[in-house]
Amino acid sequence: MGFEQFEIQLIASVVAAACAIPGVFLVLRSMAMMSDAISHAILLGIVLAFFVIPDISSPLLIIGAALSGVLTVSLVELLNKTRLVKEDASIGLVFPVLFSIGVILIARYAWNVHLDVHAVLLGELAFAPFDRLIIFGNDIGPKSLYVMGTILIINLFFISLFYKEIKIATFDAGLAAALGFSPGLIHYGLMSLVSVTAVGAFDAVGSILVVALMIAPPAAAYLLTDNLTKMILISVVLGVISSISGFWLAIFLDANIAGAMATMAGVLFVLVFLFAPDRGIIAIARRRSHQRWEFAGKMLAIHLLNHEGTQDEERESQIQHLEENLRWKESFARRVVHYSANNGFLLVNDDRLVLTTRGREYAKESIVDN
Amino acid sequence: MHLDKVGSLNKGDLDMSENAIEVEDLTVAYQEKPVLWDIDLTVPEGVLMAIVGPNGAGKTTLIKAILNLVKTAAGQIKIYGKTSSDQKRLVGYVPQRGSVDWDFPTSVKDVVMMGRYGALGWIRRPGKEEQKMALSALDKVGMLQYAERQISQLSGGQQQRVFLARALVQDAQVYLMDEPFQGVDATTERAIVSLLQELRKSGKTVVVVHHDLQTVPEYFDWTALLNVRLIASGPVQEVFTEENLRLTYGGRVSFLKHNGENGVSNIGQRTG
Ligand SMILES: Nc1ncnc2c1ncn2[C@@H]1O[C@H](COP(=O)(O)OP(=O)(O)O)[C@@H](O)[C@H]1O
Ligand SMILES: [Mg+2]
Repeated sequence: MGFEQFEIQLIASVVAAACAIPGVFLVLRSMAMMSDAISHAILLGIVLAFFVIPDISSPLLIIGAALSGVLTVSLVELLNKTRLVKEDASIGLVFPVLFSIGVILIARYAWNVHLDVHAVLLGELAFAPFDRLIIFGNDIGPKSLYVMGTILIINLFFISLFYKEIKIATFDAGLAAALGFSPGLIHYGLMSLVSVTAVGAFDAVGSILVVALMIAPPAAAYLLTDNLTKMILISVVLGVISSISGFWLAIFLDANIAGAMATMAGVLFVLVFLFAPDRGIIAIARRRSHQRWEFAGKMLAIHLLNHEGTQDEERESQIQHLEENLRWKESFARRVVHYSANNGFLLVNDDRLVLTTRGREYAKESIVDN
Repeated sequence: MHLDKVGSLNKGDLDMSENAIEVEDLTVAYQEKPVLWDIDLTVPEGVLMAIVGPNGAGKTTLIKAILNLVKTAAGQIKIYGKTSSDQKRLVGYVPQRGSVDWDFPTSVKDVVMMGRYGALGWIRRPGKEEQKMALSALDKVGMLQYAERQISQLSGGQQQRVFLARALVQDAQVYLMDEPFQGVDATTERAIVSLLQELRKSGKTVVVVHHDLQTVPEYFDWTALLNVRLIASGPVQEVFTEENLRLTYGGRVSFLKHNGENGVSNIGQRTG
């Protein structure tokens, strides 16, 4: 069992890396839904190709499936062009139709083949090590490892060869077109990569994990870096971590492996979403609260400065009067005073607030800034 | 003064090949609704031209049509006598600032280097040479110290300068800019204007979609007034008249006031 466990984790890691690469561009193009659409619609392609070549292991099935992925993309574009429906709606309209035709065809004509809907959604990763690639009588490893390894290499090859073109077409399609890099061609190229990856991966891990691995790691990586190359690398790493930790979660819970991996991809995303150093919501909340205190401190300093040396200074600089003058609740006023005193902007003398030199300067600067 | 030279030219005097841009009978429609209707426009070499017109007049569409980015229903467009797909290297483009995602994970320098991608062609990657050009363009727009910044940290005016630097490294003959003054402060606006005037002095042709009617006579020497149809185009002194503005903006030009000889001035309101 030990070696099979290793093989399953290896296959899943390769799938994760292969999915993360095109996934980055789906996320950057706000096309996450497209991975869902493609990974479902390919079922129809597989079924149709199967009618032509009734051999479940034929590589032509992959081509049929990839073509139906590209067909999905073109149908979505066609619907978009009518401007009668929004992009996400067109995606939602197209793929359920294609997917359900695939399901109906399987149910009616191909029920006796190894194509069942449950396997399509969740895959049978546990069985992947049993389907071996035999060359000249030698067992050289699980077949899906080779399929996904090839797809990973294809993805790496295209993304590094056309890195600059994909980058400009994603960031500024108008300039890309003006400079002669057809954004349409690049779009279809990318969608073909997504289709081929989804096709290769779904036999092993099912379409739910394909979607999870294409979207969750890049969405998390997006929150962690400002650099495109790093975003791709981090996505790959997060995808691999999701796969391996998901595998052990599945063993621990005795659950479906692909389901547990998808869960871990989601969990990792949530962790990043919460704790990312700059863009996580905790960091954002902390920044907001800091800004709130800073702003209140400025208001207080300016207020005190305005009344310095006037006859109502006595009254205006009392903590009790902040409630009336600045409309602050007393507890809030006390905390602002505390914050300002800690920063050396003012001194508290028997409930009277006195600006320090530093506080006076701070108030003056704040007025100029605004 | 340069203005005088340009002002004295008219279509007949020019050898056709000397025009930077020639648009003939251009019609563009989105779903049968014409947004540009039978436009004939000639932009002589070396002018700094403002395209003005109300919102939805088709200004952006005209720029995109010249760049061959939208399907045209009729007409033809020539850049130095050839179609724009033959002249890609000659045209620099500054799109509307809002047309891209400023949260894209990349740095200021990388965005500016994109201006060199056209010259590099497919597959070849930018290198030292491109970096040097990007940095010197950033220096020209006063953004050198931001070269390594993430673009998500820029203000509106800084974004606009980055786009301008990107167009500069394209090293084009003709520049098409869509609202480069949108959302910039007064200092940036002055910096951009002097840059545009410098470009014109070095013989480049610069076409700018512009929104502030008041500054047209000050900044530009050539103008086109557009509202689905081309109302007028030519030297600012000749065509930037109250009459033409009224035709372009309809009843909404009540804020125009007479100022004797110069036709229009004192337009105290921004349009759009
Ligand atoms: N892709 C598009 N599809 C349909 N209509 C469009 C599209 N782009 C622009 N329009 C319409 O064309 C008209 C002209 O747009 P535009 O050229 O952006 O005007 P301007 O730049 O002068 O404000 C507007 O009415 C706009 O709504
Ligand atoms: Mg516009």
